[in-house]
Amino acid sequence: MANLASTFVGIKSPNPFWLASAPPTDKEYNVRRAFEAGWGGVVWKTLGSEGPPVVNVNGPRYGVVYGADRRVLGINNIELITDRPLEVNLREIKSVKRDYPDRALVISLMVPCDEDSWKDILKRIEDTGADGVELNFGCPHGMAERGMGSAVGQVPEYIEMVTRWVKKYSRMPCIVKLTPNITDIRRPAEAAKRGGADAVSLINTINSITSVNLDTFAPEPTIDGKGTHGGYCGPAVKPIALNMVAEIARSRETAGIPISGIGGVTTWRDAAEFMALGAGNVQVCTAAMTYGFKIVQEMISGLSQYMDEKGMTSTAELVGRAVPNVTDWQYLNLNYVTKAVIDQDACIKCGRCYAACEDTSHQAITMSADRTFSVKEEECVACNLCLDVCPVEGCITMRELAVGELDQRTGRKVATYANWTTHPNNPAAQAAE
Amino acid sequence: MTNSQLTPGVAAGRLGAEDYARNFADIAPRFAPHEARVAADRCYFCHDAPCITACPTSIDIPLFIRQIATGTPEAAARTIFSQNILGGMCARVCPTETLCEGACVRETAEGKPVEIGRLQRYATDTLMEAPSHPFARAAATGKRVAVVGAGPAGLAAAHRLAMKGHDVTIYDARPKAGGLNEYGIASYKAAGGFAQAEVDWLMQIGGIVVEHGKALGRDLTLEGLRAGFDAVFLGMGLAGVNALRAEGEDKDGVANAVDFIAELRQASDLSRLPIGRDVVVIGGGMTAVDAAVQSRLLGAENVTIVYRRGKARMGASEHEQDHATQSGVRIIHNAAPVAVHGNGAVREIEFAYTQDTPEGLKLTSETFRLRADQVFKAIGQTLKGAPDGLAIEGGKIAVTGPGRTSLPGVWAGGDCAAGGEDLTVTAVAEGRDAAEDIHAALVGTGG
Repeated sequence: MANLASTFVGIKSPNPFWLASAPPTDKEYNVRRAFEAGWGGVVWKTLGSEGPPVVNVNGPRYGVVYGADRRVLGINNIELITDRPLEVNLREIKSVKRDYPDRALVISLMVPCDEDSWKDILKRIEDTGADGVELNFGCPHGMAERGMGSAVGQVPEYIEMVTRWVKKYSRMPCIVKLTPNITDIRRPAEAAKRGGADAVSLINTINSITSVNLDTFAPEPTIDGKGTHGGYCGPAVKPIALNMVAEIARSRETAGIPISGIGGVTTWRDAAEFMALGAGNVQVCTAAMTYGFKIVQEMISGLSQYMDEKGMTSTAELVGRAVPNVTDWQYLNLNYVTKAVIDQDACIKCGRCYAACEDTSHQAITMSADRTFSVKEEECVACNLCLDVCPVEGCITMRELAVGELDQRTGRKVATYANWTTHPNNPAAQAAE
Repeated sequence: MTNSQLTPGVAAGRLGAEDYARNFADIAPRFAPHEARVAADRCYFCHDAPCITACPTSIDIPLFIRQIATGTPEAAARTIFSQNILGGMCARVCPTETLCEGACVRETAEGKPVEIGRLQRYATDTLMEAPSHPFARAAATGKRVAVVGAGPAGLAAAHRLAMKGHDVTIYDARPKAGGLNEYGIASYKAAGGFAQAEVDWLMQIGGIVVEHGKALGRDLTLEGLRAGFDAVFLGMGLAGVNALRAEGEDKDGVANAVDFIAELRQASDLSRLPIGRDVVVIGGGMTAVDAAVQSRLLGAENVTIVYRRGKARMGASEHEQDHATQSGVRIIHNAAPVAVHGNGAVREIEFAYTQDTPEGLKLTSETFRLRADQVFKAIGQTLKGAPDGLAIEGGKIAVTGPGRTSLPGVWAGGDCAAGGEDLTVTAVAEGRDAAEDIHAALVGTGG
């Protein structure tokens, strides 16, 4: 079994699977059970300032998007930060950390955007024994309206300023949690780095309305006939999160900053993908909320098996392995030519490839009277849609044409690597010469 | 109740009351809404789907399944009924394993097709429970059409004709409408009085009058109908039954399977329906299976189907054969009856093994006997009382195109007409298509 032990910004955990700051990490009872189930660490649900805690709605807090068979694809929530007294949380954190010294325990924080508030909360958490802090600059609902959460995360200058305060008043590792509700994720990441952050974690939830009730004409979740946007998470947001993680990992300004990957991690494979794109570890919430804490067992066994199969002995060997292969469109090889190939023995003759290609792509698949589907290489642009919609795994594959082979569509032989920067149709191409 | 399965001879009340209720309950109950959604999600929404091609009524199956999957079973039902007004019964009795589900690409992929029949039932049941009928009649044409036979073909034709604005009179020999849906299908396939409920629902369109107790050749003549109506559709089915041509066939206890099934379907109290301890059914089709299985369900101890040819030639589908054997029915292939033995009533039936040769079926000298208190003949039905002047082909009314007979103004469809399999769904398709052709002929829009 591969060793999954992880060190993230100096914080050690037996595996790279942490529970994200969220309802599952709101109190001692849950966190103890999570650790017993095998989770490597938790980010304790966000603490606020001293004083009367926030209040939550007393109607539904979650909206959901289902796939087939009520499979949860995405959940949004309108829950706020912890609604329990600060002292209770601090006492519990101390108690849990004392009993689980080998697990990572990071405290999520969100207080008003002034130096004294941050100085105060950092002082209060000092003797809990926690391993680090995560700054919640991401929560898109409720707290943002009070000048916290994503209201800070959407302004790079605020991120930098608050991060500086945290580094000034605490020796703990500082992870800055980023909101995806911005146009370019690199700007807040750069600000966090300038402010001295030890790491960034992303993504927080995405502004969303999961559905509209067509009888009451109200968004879900509905509170007394009204609804508001909530934060979307779960498998549906993973592609967005992967891209944002990759952007930070490969940006010249932020390359090398440790990343804690968050956003729809549901299986070991999701975790491995985040790590390959540069995440040092991952945080999980929706999968645990859907299936319970036990899923971490599959994540542990799956990642171990994968690493064994790849001959990797530590997670560090996986982290960032795919980053060099993330590039800009202009550097993609325009002379890389593939053609769809349909395995007639595997084909079940559903015709979805035909419908997709004929109706929405390049009319490159023919259908015979006996429902044999064939690729017209002279029309195939290799868009891949046929393969994507085919219900039979492996039935349609893309054959790579060798250099020198004739491309039936263009009538030209396949040439060696060349990209847009030197393409004759590119008005700016000459500058490259 | 003193009788049991072991009571000798033919006896009623072999089982307890709860056994009858359980044995004749709905064999494949309606999907619950979540079951339906899950089953619907399995449909791939194939292009030019093979299931549509396989359906004799060409129901747009992927569309109706998508309508179920998106929470509109009522719309799904309209998709079904627009092609097949008896879609509710067909959902119950169609041999889907040889039709739509047999053609499903997931059958090819996994050996587990989308459960089209049960999804169809979910949709049609949902809409049939709605207070209103989904179809309305076109403006009255003033044309009158006679339909002979209130079975699937006649009902489908009548509904389509009424929808087009014609006035329809259906004549049926029996006291109830429905034809084989009411009298000829195993009880557990159409539980809860579904056949009559479906007829009542269908009649809601209006413009259809049913006259019972009127048989062609007995109470009506084709000439009279042609004179009194603008068009005639014949859908009277096959009222005749083939004979065994075995010695002793006239002994007590030898009966037609269709009569046994009809009696069972009309029985108000199954515990009062006598059944033999040893029952032999002769034949290889759906009727043989329905008679045999229901004999078992009534409490017969030993039920045997004997078919004169091999398993592959049986008219009953593989699924039906499996259902029979799982119900405790023994199936003997390649044996034909040669004599019925008994003193007044049948006691034994004697068979000879057969050989299927290029020159035809031949009896061998090897024989065996089976104990039998009852023998049900299910060896095919024949057209009885076909009116003079109609061309006949292979023992059925010859038709061309959408059911046109050799006589002008006379159409035919269903089991009584040549061509097509003798299935409910085929009868519906033929009735519907003939109605469209009649409509075109009556209003002069070509066709």
